[in-house]
Amino acid sequence: MRKLLLYIIILTTGIIFLARLFYLQIMDDSFTVRSQDNAIEVVYDYPQRGYISDRNGKLMVSNQPSYDVMAIPRNLKPFDTTEFCEILSIEPEELGRRLDKAKIYSPILPSVIIPQLTKSEYAYLQEKMRKYEGFYIQKRSLRDYQVDHSANVLGYITQVNQKKVNDDPYYISGDLIGRSGVESVYEELLRGEKGVKYIQKDRFNRDIGPYKDGIYDTLPTKGKDINITLDAELQAYGEKLMENKRGGIVAIEPESGEILSLVTAPNYDPALLVGRKRSPNYTKLYYDSIANPLYDRGLLAEYPPGSPFKTLTGLIALQEGVIDTEDRFSCNNGYNYGARRPLGCHAHPSPLDLVPGIAHSCNSYFAQVYRKTIEKYPTPQEGMDTWNKHLQSFGLGQFMGNDLSTGRPGKIPDADYYNRIYNYPTYKWYSTATISNAIGQGEVLMTPIQLANMTATIANRGWYYTPHILKAVEGDPIKEEQFTVKNITTVDPKHFDPVVEGMHQVYKSGTARTLQIPGIEIAGKTGTAENFAKIDGKRTQLTDHSIFVAFAPVDNPKIAIAVFVENGYWGSRYAGRIASLMVEKYIKKEITRTDMEDWILSHSLEEEYAKPLSGEPFIINR
Amino acid sequence: MSKSVAGFDWITILIYLLLVGFGWANIYSASLGSGTPIDFFNMDAPYSRQALFIVLSIFLIILILSIEAKFYQRFSSVIYTISLLSLAGLFVFGSTIAGQTAWYQIGPVSIQPAEFAKAATALAVAKYLSGIQTNIKDFKHQLRVFLIIALPMILVLLQPDAGSAMVYFSFAFALYREGLHFAYLLLGFFAAILFVATLAFGPLWVIGGVLLIAIIVYLKNRKRRPNILKYLFFAAVAVGFSLSVNYVFENVFKQHHRDRFNIVLGKEVDSRGIGYNTNQSEIAIGSGGLFGKGWTEGTQTKGHFVPEQHTDYIFSTVGEEWGFLGSTFILALFVLLMLRLLYMAERQRSTFNRVYGYGVIGIIFMHFLVNIGMVIGIFPTVGIPLPLLSYGGSGLWAFTILLFIFIKLDSDRMSF
Repeated sequence: MRKLLLYIIILTTGIIFLARLFYLQIMDDSFTVRSQDNAIEVVYDYPQRGYISDRNGKLMVSNQPSYDVMAIPRNLKPFDTTEFCEILSIEPEELGRRLDKAKIYSPILPSVIIPQLTKSEYAYLQEKMRKYEGFYIQKRSLRDYQVDHSANVLGYITQVNQKKVNDDPYYISGDLIGRSGVESVYEELLRGEKGVKYIQKDRFNRDIGPYKDGIYDTLPTKGKDINITLDAELQAYGEKLMENKRGGIVAIEPESGEILSLVTAPNYDPALLVGRKRSPNYTKLYYDSIANPLYDRGLLAEYPPGSPFKTLTGLIALQEGVIDTEDRFSCNNGYNYGARRPLGCHAHPSPLDLVPGIAHSCNSYFAQVYRKTIEKYPTPQEGMDTWNKHLQSFGLGQFMGNDLSTGRPGKIPDADYYNRIYNYPTYKWYSTATISNAIGQGEVLMTPIQLANMTATIANRGWYYTPHILKAVEGDPIKEEQFTVKNITTVDPKHFDPVVEGMHQVYKSGTARTLQIPGIEIAGKTGTAENFAKIDGKRTQLTDHSIFVAFAPVDNPKIAIAVFVENGYWGSRYAGRIASLMVEKYIKKEITRTDMEDWILSHSLEEEYAKPLSGEPFIINR
Repeated sequence: MSKSVAGFDWITILIYLLLVGFGWANIYSASLGSGTPIDFFNMDAPYSRQALFIVLSIFLIILILSIEAKFYQRFSSVIYTISLLSLAGLFVFGSTIAGQTAWYQIGPVSIQPAEFAKAATALAVAKYLSGIQTNIKDFKHQLRVFLIIALPMILVLLQPDAGSAMVYFSFAFALYREGLHFAYLLLGFFAAILFVATLAFGPLWVIGGVLLIAIIVYLKNRKRRPNILKYLFFAAVAVGFSLSVNYVFENVFKQHHRDRFNIVLGKEVDSRGIGYNTNQSEIAIGSGGLFGKGWTEGTQTKGHFVPEQHTDYIFSTVGEEWGFLGSTFILALFVLLMLRLLYMAERQRSTFNRVYGYGVIGIIFMHFLVNIGMVIGIFPTVGIPLPLLSYGGSGLWAFTILLFIFIKLDSDRMSF
C-alpha cells in the first residue's frame, strides 16, 4: 500500500487533467469562437461599385464617397455624448437607442450608428475621432446620379437587411446592396468583391500585423461597369412627355429585344434616394398611394390591351385558316351576337376586310373573326386552348424571363379558366361568352412591356428576342442565350404582312392619320379601354384609358413602342401623340411635329385623376 | 569511474531531453515579439536566454554525473545549510521584483535560491531518514524531520512565495513511504476538503454537513456502542477548523489571495478583471482543438493574451498550438517520468537513495499538479513553474540538478 499510493495519485491526476483538456479542446466549441473574437479582427475594404452607362455610352450612374460612423459596442469607452451629438445633430436618446440596438446585434461586430455623413460633418468629426474610442468612420461609395430620370430602371442601393445578412455570408450588417431595378438584378456584377484583411490583435487590442502573414487576405475587386440598353435621351424625353399623366411607355429595338425606353409616370429623381435623406424621401414616395410613384407601370400595370390586341386576333384567324385577307364582314355600328347588348362600334365604311378592319378598328369584324377561330374546333374548350397557345408564343400571359427586377404575367384566359368561372360541365359556355377577348377587353390583361413586345414581334414578322435591359459588361456585349436566341411564334411570317399593312393604314387613313410624322413610315394601332374603379364600394366607370402601339420604319423597324396613358380619353388623343413623338425623337433625333409636342406638354390629366377622389358625381370621357 | 555511461537511466534522460526541447519550442513561440526580428543572439529575447540556459545545463549535467555518488550523501548537511543561508541572505542582499524578495542579482544574471533549496531539502530529508537511529514512527524524530522541511519553507513563505512554499508539503509522500502514519496524510486531505468546502459554501453549510455525517455514522455504528465523546470531538475539531479557515480567509488573507480562490471556486466570473489569466488561458487551450493551430501559429499566443505565457502559463501555448494531441503528449511525458522515477526509487537498496527519489517525485508532482491545474482552470492561480518547460534559468537548473543527482545515485545503487 505504501508503495502504491503515489502511483494511484499520479495516474488519477493525469486522468483528471486529460478529461479537462478533452472538455476544453474537443467538446466545448465556445472557446474557438471566443479566440477568433479577441485575437483576429476582420477589416473590409469596399470596392467601387460599377458604373452604369446607357446604350450610347452616356454615363448615367457613378459613385461618390460616403462616410458612415460605425461602432463596435465592446470597444466603446465613456465619451462626451453632448459634443458627439452636437457634431452629428442627433438626439442623445436616439444615439442611446442606436447603441443599444448595435449591442443587441453583436457586441464585437461593427454596426452603423450614423449613416452617410455630409462632407462638413465628416471633416469636422474626423479630427475629433480619436476622442471617441470604439467608434470609427467607414468609407463607402454611394451612387452619384448623372441623370435625373430612369429611377425605376436603375433602382437604388440601400443598407442590406438582416435577413440577407443571415442568408448570404458575403454581406455583413451595414453593407450596401441593390434593392430594385438594375442595381438589384445585376448586384453581383456591380458590387465587385470586397477585400478582406485579417489582423492579429494583441491583448491591448493593438494591431500586431497580418494574421498568418496575410495568406487569407484579399484585395477588393472593382465592380464591373455596365451598359444598359436604354437610350438616355429617349428616356428623358419620354418622362418629359408623361409629366402630369399616369401610365407607361415601353420602347424596344425589335431586331435585338433591347429596351430603349421604360418610362413610368409619375416618377421621381433617382438622387432622392441617396444619402441620409433617402429614408424620409422613400417614406414619402412609399406612402403616396394615389400617384404611387414607386409602382413601375411599364412592368406591373396589367391593363386590358384594347384594340391593339385586334392585330393578334387577326393573325391567329389567318394562321388557323378560318379567314383569308379578302373575307369581308359587315358592321352595323356593332355586332349583335344574341346578347342583350350588342358589341358596339363606331361609324366607318362597311363591310370591310382585314386591312381596313385594322385601320378602322372595327369591333364587329374582329368579333366575327374571333368567333370563327374558336368555333373551328368541335368544342369551345379546344378552340380556347388553341387560341391561348398562339398567344403564349407571343410571350403573353407569362413572365417573359426578362432581366428586370419586377414584372407581372398579365392574363390570357384558357379553357380551364372559363370552365371554372362558368362552372362547367353543369353550365356550358360558348365562344360568344368570351367574345370581348376579340377586341382586347374581357378577360385579357397585358402589361405595357408585353404590349411593346407584341408590337416588336409584329414588326419582326413573327419572332422576338426576350426584352432585356443589359447591353454590355465592361464593353463586351452580353451573350446570354436567354436574350440571344429568337423566340418564334406559332404564326407563319407570311400572315404578318397584311396585319402590318393594316397598321400602316392606321397612320395613312385610319384612326391615327393626324399623327403622321413627315419622312417616317409608321405602323400603329390605337386603343381605347373602358375601365372601372370601386368608389365608396360602388363599381364606377372612369374615363377610358388611352393606348397606342407603333413601330417604325415599317420596312426596317428600328423601334417598337407601346404607350399607355390612364384615363387619357381615347387612343390617339394622348398615347398616340406620345408614341409618334417618341418615334420621331428616336429616329430623327429632333422633333418636327412641335404642334403635337406643345399639345402634350401643355395638357395635364391631373384634373381627370382628381375626379374620382372629389366625392362629387362626375362625367367621364369629357 | 568504474561504471560506463550505460549505468545511467536513459529512459529518464530521454524524457528530460524531450521536455526541455519541447519546452524551448514553446517558449520560442510564446516570446516571439511583434515586429522585432528573430535574433538568436539577442540576449533580451527569452528564447535566446533559455537556449543559453539549456546549453549551460548540459555542463551542469556532466558535472553532476562526474561527481562521486557518495558526495551527495556525505555533504547533504552542508548543502542544506548553504541553501538555508542563501535563503536567509535574500533579506539582506536580495532584490525585490514584483513584491517578492526572491532573487540575487549578479550582473545580468538573477538567481532564485528557492528553486535550488528544494533539491537541498530533499538531500537533507533523505540523509536524516537514512540515519541508523532514526525511526519515523517516533514522534520526536517526526518533529525533527518536520523542522528540516519547515525551515526553508518558512524562509520561502516570507519572500513571500506561497506557491514555492506549498511544494514542501510534497515531502509527505516520502515520509509516508518510510512509515509515517497514514493518519497524517488523511488529516491533511480532510483539512484540504474542509478548507475548500468552507470557502465554497460558507462555514454554516460545512458545520451542518459535518454534524449530519457524524450523526449518520454514529447511528450506523450504534450496535457496537461507540463512544459518543469521540464523535463529538472530531465534529468539534472539524467545525473549529472550518470557522478558523473562514476567519483566516476573511481577516488574514489579502484581497488578491481571496480573489484567486474565488475564481477557481466559480464565485467570480469577471473575465476582464481578476479571472483574466485563467479565462485567457482556457480560451487559448480551448481554441487549439484536436490538432492545434500549429507551431508559432497560435493567435492567442501571438496576441500575448495570456499573461506570463512563457513562464507559468507555458502549457497554454502547448494547448493552443499543439492541440489536444500535443497536450496529451506532454501530460503523458510527465506521468511517464514520475512513474519511471517511482520504479527507480523502489529499486534502490539504500534508504538515502529511495527517500531522495521520493522527494524528487513529490516535488515534480506538486509542480505538475498545481501548475497544469491552474492553467486549465481547475486549481487556484498559484505562481509556480511547470518543471523543465517553463522559461527560467534557476528553475531549469534546479530541476536538472534535482533529477540528475538521482540519476547519478541510481547508477551507483549497486555499490552498497
